[in-house]
Amino acid sequence: MEAFTTHTGLAVMIDSANVDTDQIIPKQFLSKVTRDGFGVHLFHDWRYLDDAGDQPNPEFTLNQPRYKGASILLSQENFGCGSSREHAPWALADFGLRVIIAPSFADIFYGNSINNGLLPVKLTDAQVQQLMDEVVAQEGAKITVDLAALTVTAPSGDVFSFSIADSARHNLLNGLDAIGLSLSHQDKIESYERNIPAWRA
Amino acid sequence: MAKTLYEKVWDSHIVAQVEGEAPLIYVDRHLVHEVTSPQAFSGLEVAGRQLRAPEKTFATMDHNTSTKSASLDALSPMARTQVETLASNCKKFGIRLYDIHHKNQGIVHVMGPELGITLPGTVIVCGDSHTATHGAFGALAFGIGTSEVEHVMATQTLRQLKAKTMKIEVRGHVADGITAKDIVLAIIGKIGMDGGTGYVVEFCGEAIEALTMEGRMTVCNMAIEMGAKAGMIAPDQTTIDYVQGREFAPKGVAWEQAVAAWQQLRSDEGAVFDASVVLEAKDIAPQLTWGTNPGQVVAIDQAVPSPESADNATARTSIEKALEYVALDAGTLMTDVSINKVFIGSCTNSRIEDLRSAANQAKGRQVAQGVTAIVVPGSGLVKEQAEAEGLDKIFIDAGFEWRLPGCSMCLAMNDDRLEAGDRCASTSNRNFEGRQGRGSRTHLVSPAMAAAAAVAGHFVDIRKDY
Repeated sequence: MEAFTTHTGLAVMIDSANVDTDQIIPKQFLSKVTRDGFGVHLFHDWRYLDDAGDQPNPEFTLNQPRYKGASILLSQENFGCGSSREHAPWALADFGLRVIIAPSFADIFYGNSINNGLLPVKLTDAQVQQLMDEVVAQEGAKITVDLAALTVTAPSGDVFSFSIADSARHNLLNGLDAIGLSLSHQDKIESYERNIPAWRA
Repeated sequence: MAKTLYEKVWDSHIVAQVEGEAPLIYVDRHLVHEVTSPQAFSGLEVAGRQLRAPEKTFATMDHNTSTKSASLDALSPMARTQVETLASNCKKFGIRLYDIHHKNQGIVHVMGPELGITLPGTVIVCGDSHTATHGAFGALAFGIGTSEVEHVMATQTLRQLKAKTMKIEVRGHVADGITAKDIVLAIIGKIGMDGGTGYVVEFCGEAIEALTMEGRMTVCNMAIEMGAKAGMIAPDQTTIDYVQGREFAPKGVAWEQAVAAWQQLRSDEGAVFDASVVLEAKDIAPQLTWGTNPGQVVAIDQAVPSPESADNATARTSIEKALEYVALDAGTLMTDVSINKVFIGSCTNSRIEDLRSAANQAKGRQVAQGVTAIVVPGSGLVKEQAEAEGLDKIFIDAGFEWRLPGCSMCLAMNDDRLEAGDRCASTSNRNFEGRQGRGSRTHLVSPAMAAAAAVAGHFVDIRKDY
């Protein structure tokens, strides 16, 4: 996994609550057997007017020229609800996003994002709203997210603190291989397995 | 110290708890399907890792399979590649697979319980959010992403932070005709689609205890639709009777030990929950969703709500957007809403009891003109049972299509898909925009309500004559 320390980038917003993983990456794109190439299908039904994905919807923020190259996504509460499909963070990351900022996230999506080096940042409703307002007000506005310091710096210079589990922060900062880390507890796994009762062995 | 059911299962599965690391917990059963596993298998191969416990891993094909033909030729080229990839991976890693030709094939959350793979007091995971279903047995069961699927394959463990606990008690008894689906939709309507985020929910109370295992599975299945990490129901005699004798259930002395262990699996008197919710069962009417998330739900005798009924700006915007997408006006009575498609199936409602309940409404009646209705049994075994009871004949005589097992139109990955503008009475679990096909509208209902809507051509109150 790619390490995440600090990131400064252009922000784009989807000002809706409950953005679900069916919107992030619709089911017709889940038949691939590889992890790559999902970015072109990100938010397909909102982003394109046609099924083939040839006609971008000019109303949709991600298509607007001023947000081209955005690497931080702002959205509302309960982002990533629904299906456990990891294709959602794969698509967001493949599109070029490094950070999602929202008041709350669905649990499975939150964990999947961390496992892919995509940083989910929880801020308050008011802070998210302020970031959205500043980004709309000033074309090219950039936001900085510092995982070591646990801060988000708004275009205005206002600094907001956020929290994330220590273990997740550690893994992200160091780009650790979670499986490798768990396999270092091989002896504990073996010891646990020796004591499993027969009925659930 | 008094413990909740969740805490008992959690505590018995801790493998390692190291300062600065998330706890490592043991996984007893890992269920695998074709859509969320290929990248995990290839990850294992790239890293040169082995599958730690193939005998605890069970695979089936369900999401992308055809319900019209048990032939690979019926699949799109990509879907075919995906199911063939699962078959070759299972062969390579020594995993038991129920493929499209096997009688045990079915939706992964129907297959697990009916084969006795799902047991009380176990930790069960699958790369699918509806893994919550298995919590009906008092298992801790939840959906995981593909990176975690790979982690479980390599280590038979998962990194997990302990969740908060929520008790949802449904007191008293439901009225005649009220099903598990109505109960769970009423719960989601009360706490909202993210009311359970961060929690493992325990469902309890007389109305929950009175449910069959099929009904309990419907309730726990939709725990994820309130955002919960998992839903659980304490095992009791109903659970034990259901599990006994199933193919992979413990036998002999192990069975006796299992039953003794399962009888301890209930929240202790005085156990403390982080949150509690109470519903009165008698107040629950048949439920259906009107909008684009499972929390946008009303009773059949109610009307589509107006944006003004929202208590904050975000909720108001959500209602406005949903009304526009579903093309309904606030104030419209739900019984006046016409449908042209009906889907009876999914991991929520495709078990034998669900099909009996739908057939009971369909018997001797006819699907309304202009309505297309399909019935997709949850597994080969459910299909066999339904056919032995003559349910297939009831459906076919009434004008329903009787299909092969699979996830089908719940997520519409295969060719069972709605067209733009279609309005569907669906027994599935998600009514998100485009879930069953771009531009289509989904209303979540019980199997009985879906069958009745097929006959009437619009939603009806099944408590009355129609």
